[in-house]
Amino acid sequence: MNRIFAYIEQKAGVPDETAAEMIAAAKKLDPSASLIAIAVGFGAELDSACQSLRLGYGEVWKISNEALVYPNAELVRQALVKVLPADSVVLVPHAHFGIDLAPGLSVKLKAAYVPDMMDIESVAGNSVRLVRQEFGGQVSTHVACDFSTGAVISVRPGAFKPEPSATTGQIVDKSAEIGSLSARRRYLETVAAEAGAVDITKHAVLVSIGRGIQEQDNVAIAQELAQALGAAVSCSRPVVDAKWLDKSRQVGSSGKTVKPKVYMALGISGSFQHLAGLKGNPFIIAVNKNPKAPIFQVADVGIVDDILEFIPELTEKVREGARVAVGKA
Amino acid sequence: MNILVCVRRVPDTSENEIQLNSAGSDIEREDLVYSINEWDNYAVEEALQITARIGGEVTVVTVGDEEDEEVLRREMAMGAKQGVLLTDEAFAGSDAKGIATILKSYVDKNPFDLILTGVQAEDGGAQVGGMLAALLDYPFASLVNAIEVLDGHQLKITREIAGGNKEISEIDLPCVLSIQTGINEPRYVGMRGIRQVASVEIPEFGASELSVDKSAVGETAAKVKRLDYFVPVLGKGAEMLTGEREQIVEKVFGLLKERGGVQA
Repeated sequence: MNRIFAYIEQKAGVPDETAAEMIAAAKKLDPSASLIAIAVGFGAELDSACQSLRLGYGEVWKISNEALVYPNAELVRQALVKVLPADSVVLVPHAHFGIDLAPGLSVKLKAAYVPDMMDIESVAGNSVRLVRQEFGGQVSTHVACDFSTGAVISVRPGAFKPEPSATTGQIVDKSAEIGSLSARRRYLETVAAEAGAVDITKHAVLVSIGRGIQEQDNVAIAQELAQALGAAVSCSRPVVDAKWLDKSRQVGSSGKTVKPKVYMALGISGSFQHLAGLKGNPFIIAVNKNPKAPIFQVADVGIVDDILEFIPELTEKVREGARVAVGKA
Repeated sequence: MNILVCVRRVPDTSENEIQLNSAGSDIEREDLVYSINEWDNYAVEEALQITARIGGEVTVVTVGDEEDEEVLRREMAMGAKQGVLLTDEAFAGSDAKGIATILKSYVDKNPFDLILTGVQAEDGGAQVGGMLAALLDYPFASLVNAIEVLDGHQLKITREIAGGNKEISEIDLPCVLSIQTGINEPRYVGMRGIRQVASVEIPEFGASELSVDKSAVGETAAKVKRLDYFVPVLGKGAEMLTGEREQIVEKVFGLLKERGGVQA
């Protein structure tokens, strides 16, 4: 690989954290390759994003176009297909924009596509061995990718640790190369998430439930535990999908980012989308029937048990503890 | 509006612990319970709700073999008018691009107004829908969690983006949308419904009927190949508490007090 390209997500002129993570990923792919950031947008915001990208990237390709004020994956793809050389290796963050962009980009570039890549094991000739996860993180796989006609690789956010860099790159304006852009999907507006009755981001203790709660009626047992502890009830995606709790209670990349002191993960398997919403290194107590649940790899304390039986007993113990405490006072 | 929904049969992670076989070459597939990929089931439900509102038929298609017919029948029991199986020895070992190429060849011969897929499969990575759209040169949107039909040529769609925010767009038909879980509440399918479609013939199409270029699909064409499976080690791992539940509860209560987990 002579050059490795990274598609940069930026918001209001500030590159996303994944910009630095992709530098680390590219260095692991090929330490000798030159790294090129591609930043797409319009006006002063794009200029300021490009300036900050010079730190760490050898070149910053700037694509400025009024049609790209809001990043529409179809337009961005057209622009990238015009500027990228044949057989390019392109990194894209595996988030909601990358999921929109990367599969179609790989087709148009006639390149291989590896989604949601977590690690790079080795490169030999035109083949790279990568690590992915399947089944919500219960198992990992090694994947061989033939990049002889290029590759688009979407990189899992948070999987690579950024390193300090002394590189100060050049900005190259590619805007003139892209010509006119037209899309059959047109952005209208962004609607902000509704605030819920309970703000789970403000609680020090969360009693969080997942698929293991099994049915709506069982949510009450988690609420009872939360009440006994003075905590709030939060949840993982399946509970919201089933409409058992409001979206505002969801922890994860498509829900809220929380920073509690103590996090009780009850019947939650621990997919990376869920864990992405858990910051600040809380003390995690996980209870799950499945001893292979990925949550046990990140939890501090794990219990293999049925939460429907475990939670009520713990609630009773907490209430008993409270009575004892009152008795002492 | 005629809608095609691309579906897959996958191991059901709510029914199974996924474990490795002794060689690490695959997951242990003996005794696995398979079912419809969860995202695909939401896509079928969404297609059924759209056609119930404005008319049209829903077709479900999968690439696989005879074992995969069960998920087609399940979705037909939900209300899909037709199930189609794309099957050929030449398709074996296809990567996501190969699967998208096979699906494209079916759509080339059988055009639809709208094509839906699930966002991702349990063992996949959100690939086939976006690839299929690019191969067909249709517009695409991923992570769709609401669809409103504006007229015969356009939809208003909502995508789920970070932090629970919603991105709203218009998209021209025909298009491909990948459907997110939670978009609707998929209807229940009982044994009776499945029995009713048990003897409906499911048409099968192979590479020659579909005019698929065999060199573009299957294992030899695959640029991305899964080599093996292994169990990931992400963190140092939890301290596992074992023994009687009563003692574990006592210990957990102690830990909660120690860590500031008891706020009441």
